[in-house]
Amino acid sequence: MTDTLNETMGAIGRPIRRKEDARLVTGNTNWTDNIQLPGTLHMAFLRSSIAHAKITRIDTSAAKAAEGVVHVYTGADFPGQPGSTCVWPVTDDIVMSHYPVICEDEVKYVGDVVAVVIATEKYLATDALDLIDVDYEVLPAIVDMEAALAEGSPLVHSDKGTNRCYTAPVPFGGSYADVKAKADVVVSRRFINQRLIPTTMEPRAVVAAPMGMADEITLWTATQVPHVLRVLLALLTGIPENNLRVVAPDVGGGFGGKLQIYREEVLAVLLARKLGRPIKWTETRSESILTMHHGRDQIQDIEIAATSHGQILGMSVNLLADMGAYLQIITPGTPLLGMFMYSGIYKMEALDFTCTGVYTNKTPTDAYRGAGRPEATFAVERIVDELAAELGMDPMELRMKNWIKHEEFPYTTVEGLTYDTGNYEAATARALELFGMDELRAEQAVRRATGDPVQLGIGISTFTEMCGLAPSRTLGALKYVAGGWEHCTIRALPTGKIELVTGTSPHGQGHATAWSQIASDIIGVPVEDIEVIYGDTGRSPYGMDTYGSRSLAVGGQAIKVAGERLVEKARMIAAHQLEVSPEDIEFNAGTYSVKGDPEKATTIQAIAFAAFQAHNLPDGVEPTLSGEATVDPMDFSYPHGTHLAAMEVDTETGKVTLRKYVAVDDCGVQVNPMIVEGQVHGGLAQGIGQAMYEGAEYDSNGNLLTASMGDYLIPSAADLPSFITDRTVTPSTTHPLGTKGIGEAGAIASTPAIVNGVVDAIRHLGVNNVLMPTSPQNVYRALKAANNGGAA
Amino acid sequence: MIPSAFDYVKATTVDEAVAALVAAGEDAKVLGGGQSLLPVLRLRLNNPSTIVDISTVAEIRTITDEGTSLLIGAGVTTDEVANNPLVKAHAPLLSMTAETVADRAIRHRGTFGGSCAHADPAGDLPTAAAALDCEFVIAGPGGRRTVSAADFFVDFFTTAVGADEVLVAVRVPKMDGYGAHYEKFNRTAQAWAIVGVAAAVKVEGGVITDARVALTNMGPKPIRATSVEAALKGQPATADAIKAAASSAADGTKPTSDVHADAEFRSHLARVLTGRAVATAAGV
Repeated sequence: MTDTLNETMGAIGRPIRRKEDARLVTGNTNWTDNIQLPGTLHMAFLRSSIAHAKITRIDTSAAKAAEGVVHVYTGADFPGQPGSTCVWPVTDDIVMSHYPVICEDEVKYVGDVVAVVIATEKYLATDALDLIDVDYEVLPAIVDMEAALAEGSPLVHSDKGTNRCYTAPVPFGGSYADVKAKADVVVSRRFINQRLIPTTMEPRAVVAAPMGMADEITLWTATQVPHVLRVLLALLTGIPENNLRVVAPDVGGGFGGKLQIYREEVLAVLLARKLGRPIKWTETRSESILTMHHGRDQIQDIEIAATSHGQILGMSVNLLADMGAYLQIITPGTPLLGMFMYSGIYKMEALDFTCTGVYTNKTPTDAYRGAGRPEATFAVERIVDELAAELGMDPMELRMKNWIKHEEFPYTTVEGLTYDTGNYEAATARALELFGMDELRAEQAVRRATGDPVQLGIGISTFTEMCGLAPSRTLGALKYVAGGWEHCTIRALPTGKIELVTGTSPHGQGHATAWSQIASDIIGVPVEDIEVIYGDTGRSPYGMDTYGSRSLAVGGQAIKVAGERLVEKARMIAAHQLEVSPEDIEFNAGTYSVKGDPEKATTIQAIAFAAFQAHNLPDGVEPTLSGEATVDPMDFSYPHGTHLAAMEVDTETGKVTLRKYVAVDDCGVQVNPMIVEGQVHGGLAQGIGQAMYEGAEYDSNGNLLTASMGDYLIPSAADLPSFITDRTVTPSTTHPLGTKGIGEAGAIASTPAIVNGVVDAIRHLGVNNVLMPTSPQNVYRALKAANNGGAA
Repeated sequence: MIPSAFDYVKATTVDEAVAALVAAGEDAKVLGGGQSLLPVLRLRLNNPSTIVDISTVAEIRTITDEGTSLLIGAGVTTDEVANNPLVKAHAPLLSMTAETVADRAIRHRGTFGGSCAHADPAGDLPTAAAALDCEFVIAGPGGRRTVSAADFFVDFFTTAVGADEVLVAVRVPKMDGYGAHYEKFNRTAQAWAIVGVAAAVKVEGGVITDARVALTNMGPKPIRATSVEAALKGQPATADAIKAAASSAADGTKPTSDVHADAEFRSHLARVLTGRAVATAAGV
């Protein structure tokens, strides 16, 4: 795409090239691992190879004597010290866990930290790990969630007396039992929303060092959340917050995996202070797969009740959510983020929601792109297809019959959310046009009639999601300990250049470009004159960081208000200099002019210099020119869209091929359509990854079987077709720029589209579900089970 | 992904490589293109004391036409095997198979000889070599010896190459007049084969007169589907006849079970894919 739009148009809406990319693609980057400080010591971690065991003895003497080793620490050196924490105790009676920075007497998952070696070189640190002698007394591993809840199950945390972390029953709307009683059709399914591994391109990395004045420790870390992390590090380590600086330099992907406080970060800070030297660690891919938190992992028992004419009456949702061995930052809240999304875009009278969090001896789970909402969207879009099959209705017709019509917005859903705007009809009409539905249905009929070994299926996903986390009061009501505001400061420098300081923190999204576009329109300065500053608590002190598609949806609002405040202050100075009252000043594209006398004018750059000189300012106006805002959003953001997938299923081998994919998204006003396009493409690849390729698998002893990228498969460009994408534009009425979040939409929408397509391809063979990923083995098993007379 | 320490010897001739291996003892490893060895080192699955680098030994990087066979140096890259005109003309099964290996970058570094010497049961090139009845030329302190494919592949990651020996070349019989196909079944473009089938088939007057069929990842080493080969000989080159012959493809195999496929599914795949590979090779 090129910038061929109308010259009179502002910067918002232009698909301009990302200004950060030249630097990123030519390797002029500043990844945490690139940071080299004199005197650096390196950490290496001895990790448990057993899922659950008592540590009966550790002998570190040989390791301590090894070449280059400065020290070896075990849990005994940090008694009671937490390595992570949970800020979302979702119920009053939740069973919380203590996540030790180093295990003291028991390991609870494969990858749990038993000891840390500090050495002068990373190779020597790793070599010394082999010299640590640990005796374990193996305990039963708790792997299966239902078994974990059974009476008499061994316990992950023996002192808690249960593996049940919490049960959150939430009835929405009327009585589901009542609507079920009057329903003609009730369809139940069990869906497995499998465990996923974030697989960021850049693994985790930390450098902690005593820097600057006094007792300050600076932590550079590959994180999405430098601000949140600083608060939590202060709380966990006791180091005063004003002596901690957290920097997220260039960060290569996060997907929620870097929305966390990790024990490696805590240890780096503690040891940098203890030893007075820089401490560095970059994880290996093997460590990343094992110990970056995982995502999803829910058993979803879903029931939908409807009339024989296809009117949906209500749903019941019963979830088991695998917490893993410990609670991390929002582990228990992640499945609950989806609880408002089980009705999707559909009108219904009742929705019963229950979620039980379960401890197991596996890697902790937490937010992963979409965090709870992909699981919900998968369940509702899958069960609607199953209902359509049960009713003998076309699945799109059933959706159209039940969705919220565009004239019904704003619409309050059964879960109590008020969707501000949407136009499902428009997005669907465009998607159908791009897809060629009639031709594909005709081909499907021919393949069925001729018994072609390769069958064709059509998958539909008409999704919405809630993002833009989040109104602070709502978060408080949900027992989340922090707020959901965002901050921006825009400073005009004496030369007319602009520094835009944002509390959001990119890891690939293109904030530097998009934020410049917004500020450019508001303060009338060219995009290239705006420098965006982020990801450093020393330079951007206030922020709630980047996750949950919140950066534009929330942070964008702060940019607008900060810009407007700067413009208003400059207006006072302009009026003073042009010797008129501020009401007589017009501001347009960076120029202040006198109403009715456009020759009498000055520019925002000239005023920036005047504000710096301060020779001639109006009384009561302080020198310097800036605008600052901290904005709490009015509401969540509700993007939506219609995605269609044509799936080929080889019934002889079980191989699934994605032949055609159409995604029509509606994220309201697009600040930069090229960046939106990139977000959609990346999200689709990730959602398709869950549907077709990815899945963390454990054996019955709690060993991760998919512990390398040879076994944990993620799709590459070679595995995906060219996506056909378009957008409809239904501006948000709760966001001052009319925008909606787009960071997670592709990942949320695509998973059910793919699986619905796979099931549609082989439904006539007796299949009504295929486990994710829809691997050849899983398709083969589903076909075989159907052949043997039972659905999978 | 941090290897342990090792000594490094860069050999410029095969003799130097053998001498270095003899000097290093049992614990040495040969480095060719490094596409299998480096992951092993980085994951510390093996911690050799010495690495003998043969990646620039010129004498093992050539392809020679010997009349009825091609002699392919062990250091010839997978990409060269895929694109060399001699290989394409006389051993199309091998060039086709080479084209399915991993991705372009790996094919440019990895070598035919390295893949065979590594002997991963999921490797593609060893299967093609087994189907073609290749011979393996091995150099050691006592000189050179030649081993048949049947004897070369011994077990999981184990070949006839001794600790003090180097694989220097693979002799590939010319298979003029055969149709060929390698049917690789994997989940993503760059993934290992779950099952692979290499087939070279000679059809004369509509009748299959010879067939070579070998299987990838159906046991600890490449397996010749001898019962399929026998069943095909003399049959008409038709879809039904091939399908019937392919039904015994999994007989006598010992496939493993892993996250991608259990043994029963692998056996099913071997039958389906053998039918497809043979049919394609036979032009049916």
